Amino acid sequence: MAPKRIFLRFSADKSEQPIIYRLVKDYDLIINILKASVNPQKEGTMVLEVTGERYGEGLEYLRRQGVGVQPLIEGITRNEERCTMCGACTAICPTGALYMKRPEMEVYFKEDNCIVCQLCTKACPMRAMEVCF
Amino acid sequence: MEKTYAEINAKIKAGKAVVVTAEELIALVEEKGLSKAAREVDVVTTGTFAPMCSSGVFLNFGHCAPRMKMHRVWLNNVPAYGGIAAVDAYLGATEVPENDPLNRHHPGEFRYGGGHVIQELVERKPIRLRATAYGTDCYPRRELNTIITLDDINEAILFNPRNAYQNYNCAVNLSSRTIYTYLGVLKPNLGNAHYSTAGQLSPLLKDPHLQTIGLGTRIFLGGGVGYVAWHGTQHFPAIQKDETGRELGPAGGTLAVIGDLKQMNARWLRGTSYLGYGATLSVGIGIPIPVLNESIARWAAARDSDLYAPVVDYGEAYPNRIPGTLGYVSYAELKSGKITVLGKEVPTAPVSSYPLAREIAQILKSWVQEGKFLLTEPVWLFPSPADGLKPKTLG
Repeated sequence: MAPKRIFLRFSADKSEQPIIYRLVKDYDLIINILKASVNPQKEGTMVLEVTGERYGEGLEYLRRQGVGVQPLIEGITRNEERCTMCGACTAICPTGALYMKRPEMEVYFKEDNCIVCQLCTKACPMRAMEVCF
Repeated sequence: MEKTYAEINAKIKAGKAVVVTAEELIALVEEKGLSKAAREVDVVTTGTFAPMCSSGVFLNFGHCAPRMKMHRVWLNNVPAYGGIAAVDAYLGATEVPENDPLNRHHPGEFRYGGGHVIQELVERKPIRLRATAYGTDCYPRRELNTIITLDDINEAILFNPRNAYQNYNCAVNLSSRTIYTYLGVLKPNLGNAHYSTAGQLSPLLKDPHLQTIGLGTRIFLGGGVGYVAWHGTQHFPAIQKDETGRELGPAGGTLAVIGDLKQMNARWLRGTSYLGYGATLSVGIGIPIPVLNESIARWAAARDSDLYAPVVDYGEAYPNRIPGTLGYVSYAELKSGKITVLGKEVPTAPVSSYPLAREIAQILKSWVQEGKFLLTEPVWLFPSPADGLKPKTLG
């Protein structure tokens, strides 16, 4: 089974319980924590990669515990403070999601056209294009 | 009609100078004709914002106790050059950190380098300074590891040996694999064409015979005030011509610029990373041109359609220093989004920011209008196309 990626939300009271431990011990799942953070209000988010036959049961366990579970959607955002509108991304973007408005030569990002190929994240000289989970 | 620097500066001080950006001059000349526009306008402002690799900062840290003759110096693990006085160092924009993977897994990311340190210095971020020394009687200290910020140290003098390129190649890739260059990612088989210029807003493109921009010219540099210190390295100003002798605008001039980093602004000095190529610094420069006579006004009013770039193959020809071009294209054609090379339609993109160039020209215009920025007459005018300077090569 190919690894599946999920996005989890923990409320403040859940953040201190060993929930991920249970996924491994009780449901025999191989997990890889790709991203984890707890905010000052003790709410947690996590991006988890999960492999194992009892994947479905593991997800149900998480939901029973009140953990928010959603499939992972990767997206690209443009950090407008870093973007200098140089245009270096516009001839690289395969779908034209990043394009130039002429004659002003301003760069616009149409997220709907973005296929998350991530070429721009490497090509942008200002590192203004970021992948977000 | 002849105006002098003194006359124009008197008008600036009195708040009466007529100042326009190079774009606005083009419109004015179209509307009123060259003679009238040249009489009316006193100052034309230009601007450009793009990666300028030949950049760096001279630093003086001040002495520690006991004193130290810094031999090897690192700022946030990026080596700086310490082979000058005891606590003087030069940090170059393209230097990469110790142990940077470079292009070991091609194309390397070059996420951090001298240019990024310079931006962080301007942002007043804390920077780790590490230095080693062989020790002398008068400078006995051998190791230093401390945190500094821009305001802690004595001097930070931005000194860029080659900036504000008059013109530059339009790069294409005739090979069959993607290449990673200082003009960005170039797709195989003429997949795209990249160019770098502010075109009709660009300082040296508007003064092709170097009549007003020279040693001592006061400029907008990195958000603060700077000066032209010398002509830049690889300064070979010329007027391009096609086979029929038709003039295609200038190319080849460069400027060395200098200024106090402490009065600059990180909006106009940005650490930059070119995939597969290296780290560098993007610099914002704006230069005022005094309209001393009609000839200067005529050059300053050149349009994107009058200014041309040579199309060069970066797949094979450029790396091997094979001369020749694939023809010339105007900046108007390049900015349209498509050009034709070898019979094929090729999408174009800039790597120089025209919106920021426009903003710089506007800022400089307001500085002059507000009377707080006077023009300087060059102490020495640089070699111009008439001098026929030709590049020397190695080997």
